[in-house]
Amino acid sequence: MDTAFYSTQLIPALNRGLIMSVKLIIPSGLIGLMLGIVIGTLRTFGHPVIRKVANAYATVFRGTPLVVQLFLLYFGLPNLGIYLDAYTAAVAGFILCSSAYHSEHIRGGLLSIKKGQLLAAQSMGFSTFKTMSSIIVPQAVRRALPGCGNEIIYLIKYSSLAYIITCIELTGEGKIIATRTFRYTEVFLVIGFYYLVMVTMASFVLQKLEEKFRIPGFGKV
Amino acid sequence: MTEQKPPILRVENICKILGGKEILKSVSFSLNKGELKVLIGPSGAGKSTLLQCINFLIPPDKGHVWLEGVEVQSRRKRDLYAFRQQVGMIFQDFNLFDHLNALENVSIALRKVKKIRRPEARDRAVAELERVGLGDKKYLYPAELSGGQKQRVSIARALAMDPKIMLLDEPTSALDPELIGEVLSVIRDLAQGGMTMILATHQIGFTRSLADEVLFMENGIIIEQGAPEELLSPDACTRSRDFCSRLNELYAENE
Repeated sequence: MDTAFYSTQLIPALNRGLIMSVKLIIPSGLIGLMLGIVIGTLRTFGHPVIRKVANAYATVFRGTPLVVQLFLLYFGLPNLGIYLDAYTAAVAGFILCSSAYHSEHIRGGLLSIKKGQLLAAQSMGFSTFKTMSSIIVPQAVRRALPGCGNEIIYLIKYSSLAYIITCIELTGEGKIIATRTFRYTEVFLVIGFYYLVMVTMASFVLQKLEEKFRIPGFGKV
Repeated sequence: MTEQKPPILRVENICKILGGKEILKSVSFSLNKGELKVLIGPSGAGKSTLLQCINFLIPPDKGHVWLEGVEVQSRRKRDLYAFRQQVGMIFQDFNLFDHLNALENVSIALRKVKKIRRPEARDRAVAELERVGLGDKKYLYPAELSGGQKQRVSIARALAMDPKIMLLDEPTSALDPELIGEVLSVIRDLAQGGMTMILATHQIGFTRSLADEVLFMENGIIIEQGAPEELLSPDACTRSRDFCSRLNELYAENE
């Protein structure tokens, strides 16, 4: 086996790409989830006009391919005088897309909370906002967590689309080497392994989160 | 009751149409400080709707509510929230916050609504839980409590807000017969401690012994109103008396 290829070319390049991937995934995952919570809540309990706007947002970003969104952000926005660098455009695209999916999981969680708790909070003088932030959303997020975790795992993998708009991350670095050396099989097997490790670590963290936020009386006995 | 003082709560001309059906047809009554009024009547009479109209959880189509002589401006959010803090409400199905333990259920409104700091809110919550006999259950979650205990937590939660009046919407209707007693005894202590309350219930014995006045509701109006001795005495020819004896028969059959 050609170990020099791995140790001097492939692994250093992929590690460099991995760092970029992590830089894309972490902010996109966190901000995407938070934005998803806000949008999901607005879609469920918002003023009718805001609800329509939030629903339209979800329809657009769930209904169009991520590649299209990325191209429009990176190559389309300059037509309006807005220039985003490749990294910013990629993160923005991931946030917009994943928040639209998160919002649907959150909406499911919100709909599963009985209206009585809302009434109880309001009967004690909670404002609508505080009812949401202290009572309803914390429970909805717990119920949405498995679905949102799924979306975050999916995000780890679709972060590989960033190289299409010249933000060279894990897949991009690998692709460059594969094209140059024509060793597609080895390169993409190793890339696949990198993603598998990332997803396994993310699953572990998500599982710990679920355990931490488990409420007695729900789920596992 | 002295007549000089204005009633603590006055409700006038409350009307509500829900789903094309007239649920409340101009209901009016008032409540003096320290009084316990009991709302009885068949299900569908509008008792729950009336109670929820009083604190605007269901906004009434028409009507006015006065607390201590001041009309509640329900359209002004700030006034509405301030009013609701003074009116405790107990629900038939408890409505505890599932993600919080008993202690947090009682203290959360103190912290988030009354802006009381965490340690003080906690102390107050502990005191209220002890008052309803649940000092040893403070770290249990709603799913770990019995129905009677849940309802007592919800009473503690309402009391922690120092309400001027309490609205109790069939607080024992979702409980097993052997758990009703523990909740009624908490309500009895409150009544004897001078809490002003309006209670919707089917507990006739309890009504007879503690109510200052009985309001009998049917089809969205109060059709009879008076002291329990008058309305519910065995030789009274009232609609209330009729209804209660039918309830008693039902219970006798079940036993």
